[in-house]
Amino acid sequence: MSMGILRVWQRNLDVYRQNWKISFMPPLLEPLLYLAAFGVGLSGLIGEVPYGAGKISYLTFIAPALLAINIMNNAFFENTYASFVRMYYQKTFAAMMATPLSVEEIITGEIVWGATKSVIATAIMMVILTIFNLIHYPTGLLLIPLAFCGGFAFGSMGMYFTGIVFHIELFNLPFFLFITPMFLFSGTFFPLEGMPPWPQMLATALPLTHLVDLTRGLCYGSFAKSVPLALGYVLLFSLIFYPLALIKMRRRLIK
Amino acid sequence: MWEPIVEALQISKTYGELVAVAEVSFAIARGECFGSLGPNGAGKTTTIRMIYGFSPLTAGVLKVFGLDVSRHARAIKARIGVCQQDNTIDPDLTIIQNLTVFARYFNIPRPLAVRKADELLRFMSLDHRSHSRALELSGGMVRRIVLARALINQPELLILDEPTTGLGPQSRHQVWERLDSLRRQGLSILLTTHYMDEASRLCDRIIIMDQGRILVQGKPSELIREHIGKDVLEISSPATDLRAYIHLQKMAFEDLGDRLLVYGDHDDHLYRYISNRFCPEGCVMRTATLEDVFLKLTGRGLRE
Repeated sequence: MSMGILRVWQRNLDVYRQNWKISFMPPLLEPLLYLAAFGVGLSGLIGEVPYGAGKISYLTFIAPALLAINIMNNAFFENTYASFVRMYYQKTFAAMMATPLSVEEIITGEIVWGATKSVIATAIMMVILTIFNLIHYPTGLLLIPLAFCGGFAFGSMGMYFTGIVFHIELFNLPFFLFITPMFLFSGTFFPLEGMPPWPQMLATALPLTHLVDLTRGLCYGSFAKSVPLALGYVLLFSLIFYPLALIKMRRRLIK
Repeated sequence: MWEPIVEALQISKTYGELVAVAEVSFAIARGECFGSLGPNGAGKTTTIRMIYGFSPLTAGVLKVFGLDVSRHARAIKARIGVCQQDNTIDPDLTIIQNLTVFARYFNIPRPLAVRKADELLRFMSLDHRSHSRALELSGGMVRRIVLARALINQPELLILDEPTTGLGPQSRHQVWERLDSLRRQGLSILLTTHYMDEASRLCDRIIIMDQGRILVQGKPSELIREHIGKDVLEISSPATDLRAYIHLQKMAFEDLGDRLLVYGDHDDHLYRYISNRFCPEGCVMRTATLEDVFLKLTGRGLRE
């Protein structure tokens, strides 16, 4: 089983290595753009935001959130659009299925690859944030395994959608209904503490909220007591969507 | 010795109400080239998809290398090579990478994979395009790459789903030559095709399927002799008195309205008699082919 997963992963790595010069640009440039727009531009207007007992600069507040968003986006994009193209247009999965690889190995390899994309993007972004002194070490190093866990959760969710959409255009729906609201309302750009109870509860249901909690804890080197809960919620998402993705993809590929 | 490499016993596949394959039985011997023919929707592709595990059986027993496909899919897939109908060449990789990455799925060590890939690309006359991408190549070349890739694990059984559909005459002959050479090396082959000349040329034995069932099976030459005869007399715009004559003589024929096909082992005498007496515009006598068998058995209606 595990060997097959590695084989699928290696195929994607081989392709990535050919295009790495282009692939590594977005995670390098995107945080720079965000830091410029929100950190420098908005910071002046906002000043400091309350965090825990004290106050922190707006730049410090959003930097870990950008990491979490990056983790979500990379895996989710990879296991929706990119996996769908491989499955539907390039027939890559069909070719793999005629070899000793099983559907489960192919799909798991894809999700692990999606999580790997999250890890690569996180590592690149950490370089930038470290230069701006926005990550506390050594706790910051734990961002790497966290990126894998988060990537696996969001990748599994993406792969589940890949298992059910009829057409590539339909991915607009999960992006519009899940990814964009999470991007905006997971305590990413403004603290949830000041909000009324019901938006707070809604935000608590979103997995990104918990991932943001975790990246903040690691970036600041200060762990809130909610860490086990947040980590548990991210893992729960994997536990739900990974088997669902396998079931839906098996149903889609084996007829 | 007749050693079965594939054994299908009463295998069926249904999708809800639709019966794709209905209690089909056949066996393929080691070293044999076995063809599966039939109109669109006959169940050919479904049958071979069952062999490589894409379609679980609804009923019946299917064994490859003596192993049950429902329990030993991985072991079986390690020993077969498959050329699917769709182009499954990976456009993200170069041609040589397509082969070496594929070899890795079989856990073939890299040095061996590279050597084997080079050898296969030479065999397919593609060694000069090793570093091209699939999108830059012609349909015939792509098909040869698919074939090369299917051979990377030195399979004991090669499965080809319409290996030459959509190819020009030169490309088809290129593919056939390679398949001939593989056959001479003793490789067992199972292929589906729409082309009767392909089946006649390549296959030791064929089955003709329609609506999920096998209509006939046997050697192409024997099927022709059995169902058609030696020759076919083809008469366009047949006159009424000719029809009467043929009825009277109790000849095997098919009436297509504007054309009459008379089957049998005719001699020149009969041909001359009919052509002089009934066909002032002339008629044609030709050798019977597998296509005659196919159309006689599966009918001439469109299958869409």
